[in-house]
Amino acid sequence: MVNHEAVNCEQVWREISNYVDGEVDAGLRASMDEHFRTCKRCASVLAGTRNVVQLYGDERMLEVPAGFSQRLEKRLGQRLETKQSGSRWSSWSAWLVPVAAMLLIAGGVLLTNSLTFKNYIQSRHAQPGNNVPPDLVVVVSDGSKLFHVPGCPFIHDKASERTMTAKEAMQDGYVPCTRCLRQYLKTGLTHESEDGSEEAEGQDEVLSIAGQ
Amino acid sequence: MSEPSVVLNNPGQAGAREQDLISSVQRGQHELFYELVRPYERRVYAAALAILRNEHDAEDAAQEAMLKAFKNIRQFRAEARFSTWLIQITVNEALMRRRRERTVQMENIDDHRSGRGEEESEYAPRDFADWREIPSEALERKEVRQRLAEALATLDRKYREVFMLRDMEHLNIQETAEALGITAASVKTRLLRARLMLRDLLAAGWEQGWFSRLPFEKGNKPW
Repeated sequence: MVNHEAVNCEQVWREISNYVDGEVDAGLRASMDEHFRTCKRCASVLAGTRNVVQLYGDERMLEVPAGFSQRLEKRLGQRLETKQSGSRWSSWSAWLVPVAAMLLIAGGVLLTNSLTFKNYIQSRHAQPGNNVPPDLVVVVSDGSKLFHVPGCPFIHDKASERTMTAKEAMQDGYVPCTRCLRQYLKTGLTHESEDGSEEAEGQDEVLSIAGQ
Repeated sequence: MSEPSVVLNNPGQAGAREQDLISSVQRGQHELFYELVRPYERRVYAAALAILRNEHDAEDAAQEAMLKAFKNIRQFRAEARFSTWLIQITVNEALMRRRRERTVQMENIDDHRSGRGEEESEYAPRDFADWREIPSEALERKEVRQRLAEALATLDRKYREVFMLRDMEHLNIQETAEALGITAASVKTRLLRARLMLRDLLAAGWEQGWFSRLPFEKGNKPW
């Protein structure tokens, strides 16, 4: 039930903003309508509140400084240019990054090779053998991938010595000891390098077991 | 909840055009962005100005807000109103700047002086004389607009911001609450107070001759 007597001026003032926005229920609205008809003071408050909402809600109240639009457009344009060049860079860098990474890795490998593997291969240790007599009796041991002539002072872990032929040793991945077998090869392989060329070659170059 | 007054002349057609523009920009036609935001540049600036109260800062914040909107345009979802989304970005930008620049300290002192509990207390109108209407036509005059802006600027920040978002930017109660990080109830309370205070300021403005040179005061009433 609507009780028109229920609202006084204070209640009207409290709800007048909601009333202007149409956010009071029908009962309260009717009560307030009645109050406005009889209360000039509150009618003035209502008229003034509506006037405020109407005036400030007008687009003309939203002023921008002179040149605002031009400056905004210019700044947006600058951003667009940056973004476009940025996107070109992005698409370019999308493949550039992995390529650069690969180059770095490749460069790193080459550098490592140049510092390590080259020296390692050039080392007088662990060179692949060539022209080693296949049936030459050699000795291998644990902890080393070299095969030696029996009695070589450079055999590691002599307790684990095993005897086999040079052919078997090479098939198992062993390479000649450059100390005992170099000397042995120099003296012992003369019959296999009668022209002398292969011996000289065997001394100074890296030879391949697969070349046999 | 009442719908805010319609800003666009033909909301259906304009809305469809706006949605097309949004989609195009989202797909990469960035050059259309300015066309998309141009209708709102006044509102964006006004929102920033209401918070920062400095024209230079407001313009910079407005521009930055537009750039952020551009940067995040893909995150905009069609279920929201673009204007509201844009205004919320602007409010965030302006609030962030104000915090950063510590001007908030001065504002807080003002607010503190007026009392935190004041928001909950009732505001009694002061002027009960018959209301002298200021017609919309009066807004054609720059000095009237200036007087109204000055009156708004005298309000405490919490009232000014709510009033600006609700009555000038036409955000609804909930959108205003979300933009400012306050409750809907606070929005309503502050809005009531802002409206009543402005009403009193305008009533006093008549007495101070703010509108005395208006044409309708000389018997040349436009209504």
